[in-house]
Amino acid sequence: MRYVQEHCTLIYKEEIAKGVFSFTLKAPQIASKTQCGQFVNVLCDPFQLRRPISIGGFDAQAGILRLVFEVRGKGTEWMATLEEGQALDLLGPLGHGFPLLDSGKKAVMIGGGIGTPPLLPLCRHYGRNATVISGFRSASAVILKEDAEAFGARTIVCTDDGSTGFHGFTTQALEEELKNGTYDVVYTCGPKIMMKKVAELAKAHNIRCFVSMEERMACGVGACLGCACKTKTEDGGTAMTRVCMNGPVFEASEVDFE
Amino acid sequence: MTDMKVSIAGVEMKNPIITASGAFGYGMEYNEMYPIEKLGGISCKGTTLHERQGNPGPRIAETPAGMLNSVGLQNPGSEAFVNTYLPWLRQRDITVIANIAGHSLDEYREVARRVSDANVDLVELNISCPNVKEGGMSFGTSCESVETVVSEVRKVCNRPLIVKLTPNVTDIGAIAQAAEAAGADAVSLINTITGMRIDIRTRRPILKNNIGGLSGPAVFPVAVRMVREVYKKVNIPIIGMGGVSTWEDAAEMMMAGAAAIQVGAALFRDPYAPIKIIEGLEAFASEQGLSSVTELTGSVQEW
Repeated sequence: MRYVQEHCTLIYKEEIAKGVFSFTLKAPQIASKTQCGQFVNVLCDPFQLRRPISIGGFDAQAGILRLVFEVRGKGTEWMATLEEGQALDLLGPLGHGFPLLDSGKKAVMIGGGIGTPPLLPLCRHYGRNATVISGFRSASAVILKEDAEAFGARTIVCTDDGSTGFHGFTTQALEEELKNGTYDVVYTCGPKIMMKKVAELAKAHNIRCFVSMEERMACGVGACLGCACKTKTEDGGTAMTRVCMNGPVFEASEVDFE
Repeated sequence: MTDMKVSIAGVEMKNPIITASGAFGYGMEYNEMYPIEKLGGISCKGTTLHERQGNPGPRIAETPAGMLNSVGLQNPGSEAFVNTYLPWLRQRDITVIANIAGHSLDEYREVARRVSDANVDLVELNISCPNVKEGGMSFGTSCESVETVVSEVRKVCNRPLIVKLTPNVTDIGAIAQAAEAAGADAVSLINTITGMRIDIRTRRPILKNNIGGLSGPAVFPVAVRMVREVYKKVNIPIIGMGGVSTWEDAAEMMMAGAAAIQVGAALFRDPYAPIKIIEGLEAFASEQGLSSVTELTGSVQEW
C-alpha cells in the first residue's frame, strides 16, 4: 500500500508565528512511506472535506511526522484547536513528491509564506548544498529559518515591508542568486504568481525546476478528479491533470500557469 | 445470518453497496487500501464517446454538511474505458456498471453501443450531470426528452439499463415513469442538486464553473424523499443515492424503496465508508432477523 489511513496522536504543538502551527505527530505507518514533497489529507471532523497539508518533516525511524499549517479557513481553524494527546485522522502519504538529485548537487528553494514547509525535507537531503529563499509579509511572520539552517542550509529571508532580511520579492532575490551562483536544481512552493516567475527564471538559466501545486481537493488519491490543474501536453496542447496524484510536484515546464 | 445478495434487473450482486460514479474512479486508487471485491458493485466514472478534459478549476467547494463539485465529466473516453480500465476491473469479482454520458442523442447511442458490447454487467445512463453545458442534465428534466433518450439508448444497449435521474425537477416521480415507459430496467437517484457558493471577499463564485452539484449528508433527506416518491410510481428497481454516509443511512434509504445503494461523497471523509456500511448493514439485518437484506426495500410504514 502506497498510502494508508492512520489515527495519529499529536505529541507536540507549537504556534511558530501568528496563526501558523507546527504539529509533531506519531504516525509510524505514514512516516515509513513518506518522500520529500508529499502531503497528507487531514480529516477535520466537523467538515465534509479533508484538508491537504504538505509534509514539513518526517522521520521513518522515530515514526514521526511534522505538519506546519496556517489558519486560513474553518478547517485549519478547527485543526488549531487540537491539543497534545488528541489524535488526527490522516490519509497519506499522498502524491508524487520532489525528485531528488545526488545530495552533492546544489539546490535552491523558493518558498512563499506557508509554501515553505514542504521545502524543509529537501534541506535535510541537500544539507550545506541547499539555499532557501523564503518570503513573508514581515519579520513576525518568518517561519522555519532556523530549521533550515539546522540542516546546514543557507537562508535568505525576504519581507514585503523590509522589517527583516531582503526588502522585496523572493523572485528578486532568486534573480541575484542565479546571477552569482551555479545551481543544479530549483524547487518552489508558494503562490502561483511567484512560482510562475521562478519557473521563468530557472528556464532562462537552463536549470531544472520543480513546482509544488495546490488546488481545492476532495478524495486526495486520484479518484474524483476534483483537484485537476492545467498542464501542457507533449503535442503542444493542454490537459487537466490531478494535483493529488500526478502532483503535487510537477516539472515546471509541464505546468500551464495562465 | 442474513443473505446480503441483491439482484438488479437480473444481475446479482454480493451485497447492495455500490460506489457512485465519479467518486471512485475505476477503483484502482481505493484498491490500494482494501480489496474492492468487498463491494457489491462499482459504477465507473462517467464515460463519453471521446476523451473530455472537464471544467477548469477550482472544481470543489465545501458546503455545510456537504460539497459542491463541477468536474464536468472529465474522462478518458469510451475506447480507453473499454481497453484499459474495464479489463483491470474484470479481473476482480465485482459487478461493473458502466456510467455513460453524452452531449447529443447520437453520442449517447454510440457510447451505449460501445460499452454495452464490451463486458460490463449493467449500463447506467447519466441524463443528470449538472456540470456540462450541452446534454447532460438537459436530457433529464422533461418527460419527453427522457423518453426519447432512454428509448433510443435502449435500442442499442445490450445490457440491463439503469437511468440515473436528476433531482433538479419538479416531479421526479413522473420523470421516473417516463424512463420506465421508455424501457429502463432500473432507475438510480439522486444525482447532485445544483448549487453555488460565493467568496464574499473576492465577490467571485468559488467554482470556476460558477455552479456545481451538491452532494454529501446535506442532500440525504431530499434523496430519501425522492426515492420514496419514485418507489410509489414505478415497478422497476431503484438504486438509491445522495448523502449516504453510514449503514443507518443505507438502511433508511432501502426502507424508503431502494433495492441497492450508491455511496459517493462519504468516501472523501472516510475511504472505508462503503466497507463499514456493508458490515453495519449486515449486522443490522441479522439483528432484525431478516433472512434477506432485500426485505428492507420499501418496508417503511408511512403514517
